[in-house]
Amino acid sequence: MKLTLKIWRQKGPNEKGEFKTYVHDKVSPDMSFLEMLDVLNTELIKKGEEPVHFDHDCREGICGMCSLYINGRPHGPLQTTTCQLHMRSFKDGETITIEPWRAKPFPVIKDLVVDRSAFDRIQQAGGYISVNTGAAPDANEIPIPKKIADEAMDAATCIGCGACVAACKNASAMLFVAAKVSHLALLPQGHAERKERVERMVAQMDAEGFGACTNTRACEAECPKGISVAHIARLNREYYNAMLTSYELPSKAGGDG
Amino acid sequence: MTLDSKIPDGPLAEKWTRHKFNLKLVNPANKRKYDIIVVGTGLAGASAAASLAELGYNVKTFCFQDSPRRAHSIAAQGGINAAKNYQNDGDSVYRLFYDTIKGGDYRAREANVYRLAEVSVNIIDQCVAQGVPFAREYGGLLANRSFGGAQVSRTFYARGQTGQQLLLGAYSAMNRQIAAGKVKSYPRTEMLDVVVVDGRARGIITRDLITGKIEAHSAHAVLLCTGGYGNVFYLSTNAKGSNASAAWRAHKKGALFGNPCFTQIHPTCIPVSGHHQSKLTLMSESLRNDGRVWVPKKPVKGLTARDAAKIPESERDYFLERRYPAFGNLVPRDVASRNAKYVCDEGRGVGPTGLAVFLDFSDAIKRDGKKTIEARYGNLFDMYQQITGDNPYEVPMMIYPAVHYTMGGLWVDYNLMTTIPGLYALGEANFSDHGANRLGASALMQGLADGYFIIPYTIGDYLAGMPYEKISTDRPEFKEAIEQATGRLHRLLSIKGKKTVDEYHRELGMIMWDYCGMSRNEEGLKLAKKKIQELREEFWQNVNVLGSANELNMELEKANRVSDFMELAELMVDDALHRRESCGGHFREESATEDGEARRNDNEFAYVAAWEYKGENQPEVLHKEELKFENVKLTQRSYK
Ligand SMILES: Cc1cc2nc3c(=O)[nH]c(=O)nc-3n(C[C@H](O)[C@H](O)[C@H](O)COP(=O)(O)OP(=O)(O)OC[C@H]3O[C@@H](n4cnc5c(N)ncnc54)[C@H](O)[C@@H]3O)c2cc1C
Ligand code: SF4
Ligand code: FES
Repeated sequence: MKLTLKIWRQKGPNEKGEFKTYVHDKVSPDMSFLEMLDVLNTELIKKGEEPVHFDHDCREGICGMCSLYINGRPHGPLQTTTCQLHMRSFKDGETITIEPWRAKPFPVIKDLVVDRSAFDRIQQAGGYISVNTGAAPDANEIPIPKKIADEAMDAATCIGCGACVAACKNASAMLFVAAKVSHLALLPQGHAERKERVERMVAQMDAEGFGACTNTRACEAECPKGISVAHIARLNREYYNAMLTSYELPSKAGGDG
Repeated sequence: MTLDSKIPDGPLAEKWTRHKFNLKLVNPANKRKYDIIVVGTGLAGASAAASLAELGYNVKTFCFQDSPRRAHSIAAQGGINAAKNYQNDGDSVYRLFYDTIKGGDYRAREANVYRLAEVSVNIIDQCVAQGVPFAREYGGLLANRSFGGAQVSRTFYARGQTGQQLLLGAYSAMNRQIAAGKVKSYPRTEMLDVVVVDGRARGIITRDLITGKIEAHSAHAVLLCTGGYGNVFYLSTNAKGSNASAAWRAHKKGALFGNPCFTQIHPTCIPVSGHHQSKLTLMSESLRNDGRVWVPKKPVKGLTARDAAKIPESERDYFLERRYPAFGNLVPRDVASRNAKYVCDEGRGVGPTGLAVFLDFSDAIKRDGKKTIEARYGNLFDMYQQITGDNPYEVPMMIYPAVHYTMGGLWVDYNLMTTIPGLYALGEANFSDHGANRLGASALMQGLADGYFIIPYTIGDYLAGMPYEKISTDRPEFKEAIEQATGRLHRLLSIKGKKTVDEYHRELGMIMWDYCGMSRNEEGLKLAKKKIQELREEFWQNVNVLGSANELNMELEKANRVSDFMELAELMVDDALHRRESCGGHFREESATEDGEARRNDNEFAYVAAWEYKGENQPEVLHKEELKFENVKLTQRSYK
């Protein structure tokens, strides 16, 4: 296959970026998208040009590291991760535009690599159950209905890739945050801290500069793990419930705390 | 140097309890005076960091990914073992211990393995309390499955994403400590060296991968939780960034390396599709429960999956069923892998490269119906189709073995301490518990055992004897390590040769795969040693790394890692050469029975090979830790 690639090149965080065009004629349909870029990079290095930087690690669709915006869609035409996308999804002779995630809270570091540390900070704000090592009761002490456990698992499969943010015109991180809130709110172990958790995570999400959710559902459509917007509904319920009865953040409840 | 494994006295089942009692403690109020560095945030690192911070120590963690949550542990699929015996099917701590020792072909320490089985039950409790959504039965209790040929159902799982869920659990525990100010996390930061002061590990040198800034960090102890080195082979199921650099550099600073040649090759991976191949994808081994492995009796060049149906039953060789009637397609990983290699070596392999065998579900679909098979393997079939474009409901899958795991690693004593005082190794980075072959679902167990339940006890014993004083990173030892590390980076950048890092890495991988892979012999290993030396020399003269050291430069990161792989590879070959027996994943053609099965040699080789670095281009020195078996009787494995 022969392709024309329009790739975003940007030397560093504070430099101006621009699209560069490359003709790539060593593409086979069995290659993964990232392997196609590997081959391009080998060619570039041979010519003395700096290779295109992009994030990746597992190349199995699970680590959440790969993050390319391909032809106007996060992770490209299929609902999968970039690393699981293969060149047989493209046509010979096609022009493919490759950009980094575009969202203010995800600044570009270099070329197609962005900084997603905001996601870690949101998790640090409350995405956990407080249990010290060694303090746990027997694992079968609390039976959890299979349906609930399965639903919690559906939410927990989020890989933290950020496609939901990149897909959203408001750069909202609601799907990502909802996945964690929902996972832990569904499980009995997570109940003790459910109010603080949702309040803190939402507060951190706002502080990082992610936009508001206006229910466009673009996130769900692009999420490689099929995380459902139903979790956003649960987040909202958790949030309002917490706000009504909050003891964690009194200032939000109207006091000057 | 004498190796002291520090295995406690007493009956097997009481060793760990007694040992814990005898270990010195650090007073709760004094823990905050100690700083601990944890390199790596996979299952081993994240669980250790969280647990140590909960105890009150000050912890710094490092990983090269952009978030601790992306460590390679995330990719583990199948599950985690624990001797809970929730299924009432006869499991026990002793049985898990026994299976692990036997599965490791009697090349692991009894005491370590017993402890692993003992704490396995606590791991599941801990993970459930953190909110890990393990699979459950309709009654709401935890579900189990039998895994990798085990005769009891002791494997806990979260769909096909067990590693992900366990890691996210450990990551969340670590996040809680970050929020509490007890852990400071440094993502996109790579460790370049360990710093040893007065004979003790007192810090590390790191590179900020975004700015290229080199920094020194001092501490009272350093934990390496940096994973395995399967990527020596270039193609493996490991994540692209998985590397040996941290362990290797510690080795060069004095930490002995244990059993470097013990590698696990997994039989069910998607075959290589072309020269562009960058990694191999594992297909769960549960597929062998229903899939039948075969190749044509006579070579058929380039046989595709679509044409497989044209080969009549009488022309097919179900070689595992034929050679191992008792176990059939469920023989252990090493046996299945080796036999796939043999039939391909005979020219009977299938697919465009001839390096694949069929894994055929047509009989299972006929027997149980498509629905049942879909319920069992639906997601795996989808994944296979996505990668290969073939539909396994209609045509057989093609599989081939791939490097998957390294049992070898830094030598550690019972306390998980390397031969450098104050330097510990946890998880896949150490050599400890799996002997010459790891059982399925046991790596996750070991990583979490090390991090949650072992290091929090054993590190106190060491720190209790240490002064509180911090040491300054202005000391000459730090300066020197910085100079060395920067010097190496600049040397790599200054070569400006003709070949890319990947080209060298691929060549190295081919040498290792051909001569130090599934089947090894003296002649081949000697040849490999020579080839590796030549390749290494060429690499340092002809590699081309563009860009600079003070920016994000992924080629430089790779070059640095590959340069270490080139050194480690030679040690793997040396180790494979010296071990003239077949055991577990290490098959020496010279040590086989008449019908070609592995022959272990307990009289000469029932020891851990621990290698000591002696300087550049000097032969390494072998130290032996004799293995004593007081509880199990050594038997030859047989699957006939
Ligand atoms: C595809 C696949 C499936 C598997 N399935 C199973 C399974 O079902 N059950 C099972 O028990 N086992 C399984 N395993 C094995 C298991 O996943 C691993 O052995 C285990 O997760 C290793 O954990 P770890 O914590 O030791 O290291 P890793 O998870 O590999 O973590 C290494 C950490 O070290 C960091 N690091 C490395 N070098 C440096 C450096 N120089 N500087 C800074 N940081 C560094 C990395 O950033 C990372 O955080 C599987 C493995 C693979 C490849
Ligand atoms: S919700 Fe989906 S798209 Fe968003 S981070 Fe998680 S996996 Fe990625
Ligand atoms: S590289 Fe890990 S999800 Fe794509």
